[in-house]
Amino acid sequence: MSVFAFYLFAICVIAGGLFTVVSRNPVHSVLWLILSFLSAAGLFVLLGAEFIAMLLIIVYVGAVAVLFLFVVMMLDVDFAELKAEMARYLPLALLIGLVILMQFVMAFGVWEFNAGAEALRAQVPADGVTNTAALGLILYDDYFLLFQLAGLILLVAMIGAIVLTLRHRTDVKRQDVIAQMMRDPAKAMELKDVKPGQGL
Amino acid sequence: MSNDIFQILPEILLAGFALAGLLFGAYFGKDAIARPLLWLTAALMVVLAVVVGASSDTTVEAFNGMFVNDSFARFSKVALLLAAAAVLVMSENYMKTRGLLRFEYPVLVALSVVGMMMMVSAGDLMALYMGLELQSLALYVVASLRRDSVKSTEAGLKYFVLGALSSGMLLYGASLVYGYAGTTLFSGVITTAQAGQTSLGMLFGIVFVIAGLAFKVSAVPFHMWAPDVYEGAPTPVTAFFATAPKMAAMALFARVLHDAFGNAVGDWSQIIALLSLLSMFLGSIAAIGQTNIKRLMAYSSIAHMGYALMGLAAGNAFGVQAMLVYMAIYVTMNVGVFAFILLMEKDGQPVVEISALNMYSKNHPGRAAALMVLMFSLAGVPPFLGFFGKLYVLRAAYEGGLAWLAIAGVIASVIGAFYYLRIIFYMYFGSDQAEALDQNRSAVLSGFLIASAVIMVVGIVNMFGVEAAAALAAQTLVQ
Repeated sequence: MSVFAFYLFAICVIAGGLFTVVSRNPVHSVLWLILSFLSAAGLFVLLGAEFIAMLLIIVYVGAVAVLFLFVVMMLDVDFAELKAEMARYLPLALLIGLVILMQFVMAFGVWEFNAGAEALRAQVPADGVTNTAALGLILYDDYFLLFQLAGLILLVAMIGAIVLTLRHRTDVKRQDVIAQMMRDPAKAMELKDVKPGQGL
Repeated sequence: MSNDIFQILPEILLAGFALAGLLFGAYFGKDAIARPLLWLTAALMVVLAVVVGASSDTTVEAFNGMFVNDSFARFSKVALLLAAAAVLVMSENYMKTRGLLRFEYPVLVALSVVGMMMMVSAGDLMALYMGLELQSLALYVVASLRRDSVKSTEAGLKYFVLGALSSGMLLYGASLVYGYAGTTLFSGVITTAQAGQTSLGMLFGIVFVIAGLAFKVSAVPFHMWAPDVYEGAPTPVTAFFATAPKMAAMALFARVLHDAFGNAVGDWSQIIALLSLLSMFLGSIAAIGQTNIKRLMAYSSIAHMGYALMGLAAGNAFGVQAMLVYMAIYVTMNVGVFAFILLMEKDGQPVVEISALNMYSKNHPGRAAALMVLMFSLAGVPPFLGFFGKLYVLRAAYEGGLAWLAIAGVIASVIGAFYYLRIIFYMYFGSDQAEALDQNRSAVLSGFLIASAVIMVVGIVNMFGVEAAAALAAQTLVQ
C-alpha cells in the first residue's frame, strides 16, 4: 500500500514539475506547482516527517504559491514572448545543463562519506518524542542563537521594505483623535435665526 | 548559558541599541533624531571596539560551538567596528544635504555590523550563513537608499539579485559539506575533511562555498556587481561597502578555510590562488579605462582583494597574518580615499569624474598631498604603508610555495600603479582648463583624509602594533 502511495506521489511530483515548466498558461503553471508541493508533502508523510509535510503545505502552498498566483495574474507579462526569447538560448542552455549533469553524475556516482562522518550525525530523537516536540527542543535549545538571528534578519527585511517604499505624504489630512474629542457643538456650529424674507 | 551570553555581549549590545533606536525613531521620530542617532551609533561602535580589543586573550566557544570568541574574531571585530564608525561619521554631511539622512540609516548600518560580527565569530555553517545574510540584507537596503535615483535603485537591485544567487551557491555548498561531513559545526567538519581523503562530494561542497564567499569579497570571476554597485550607491554607502564588509568577508573566508577545511589545505589552496591571480590582473587592467572615481575604486578594491587572497592561498599561519595586516591597511587607506571623494563637490553637487581633479594641488595643496600619499600607498610604492602590506602577502605566498603567484602579484601591481599615478598626475601636472572644485570646509572629512595619510607615513615605524595582534590572531586560527 505504502509503495503504491509512494509511486503515486512521486509521479505527481515529477509530472507537476514538468508541466510547471512546459504549460503555456502561467496560471496553469502555478497550479501544477501547487500539485507538486502537495505531492511532496505526501512523500514527507510517508517518511514519517509529518511536521515538515504540514509546513510545506502551510508555507509553500498556502503562502508562496498563492503569492505567485497573484503576481502572475496581476502583472501583465507576455510569457509567450519571454519563452520565445528563451528558446534562442536553448541549445547553449541544454549543453551547459548536460555538462553539469555529467559532472554531478560523476561526483555522486562515487558517493561516500568522509571518514568519521557517521559518528558526527545528530542523535535520532528517542521513541515517544514527536517530530514537532523534537524540532522545538532543537530550535529553542541548540539553535537558540540562530533562531534569534533569523528574527533579526526578518526585522531587517521589514525595515528595508518600509524604508524603500513608504512615502510620507504631506497633502493628506490625518486623523487627530484628541482634536476630534475636544470638539463640542457649541464651538463647532453657530445657530442663526433667519427671519423670513430677509436672508442672512 | 550565562557565559554564552557574556561571550556574545558586544553583539547583543549593538543589536539592542539598534532596536531601541528604531523604536525611538518610529515613535518620536521623524528624521530629526537621525543625526544624534548616527553619532551615538558611531560612538557605541568605537566603545565596543575598545572593549572587544581590551578583553582577555582567550579562545571560548559559546552556543554549542556555533559562536567562537578568539583573538582572530576580536582582531576582525575591532577593525570592522572602527571602519564602520569612521564611515558613519563621514557620511553625516553628505546624507544630510541630500535628504538621505533618515533614522533607519544608522540602524541598518548597526544591524549590518552585528551580522559582520557574527560572521567573523561563526563556528558553524548555519551561523555563518545567518551572519552573512543579516549583513547583506541591510547592505542591499542602504545601497538603494536614494530611491528616486535610477542608478541607486539599480545598484540595490543588482546587488540583491546577485547576492541571492551567491547565497544560493553558498547554501548548496554548505548542504553538500553537511551531507558528507555529518555535521555543520566547523569543529566537526575539520575532523572529517582530511587532506587527500576528502570525498569528491565534499570537494564539490568546498568549491561552492568558496564561490559564494568569493562573491561577497568581489573576487574575479564573481566581481561583476562591484563596479555598478559602487557607482550607483550613495558615496558614503560605497565607502561603507569598500571597508567593513570586505574586512568581515575576508575574515570569514579565512575562518571557513582554516577552521573547517584546515586539514585539506591542498584541496583549496589552488582555487584561492587562481581567484587571487584573476582578481589582481582584472582589477588592475580594467581600472585603467575608468573615468569615474567610484568605479575606479571598485576595480581597485577587486585588485586589493586579489592580494589579500594571496595571503590566504599560502595556507599557513603567516599567510593569515599577512592577510589580516593587508586588510587592516587596505581599510585605513580606503577610509581616507573615500573621505576625499566625499570632499569632491562642485556647486554643492558631488563630482566623480577624475578629470575634475586637474590642477587640484593649486587650490588645495594640503589635500592633494594627502591624496598623493594615499595613492602611492594604494599602488604599493615604498616607503608608504601599502608597500609593506603588499610585501607581507608576497612573502607569505613565496614562503607558502607559490612563488609564481608572488611574481604575478608584482607584475599586476606595476600595471595597477598606472591608474593611481594618473590621479596624482592630474592633480599636479594636469591641464589648467577645468573649473576648480568647491572649497569644501568639512572638518570631519579633511580630518579623516589627513589622519589616514599620516598613518600611511607614520605607520611604517611599528604599524601601531597591528602586526603583533595579527600574528596572535593568525596563530589561534591556524593550529
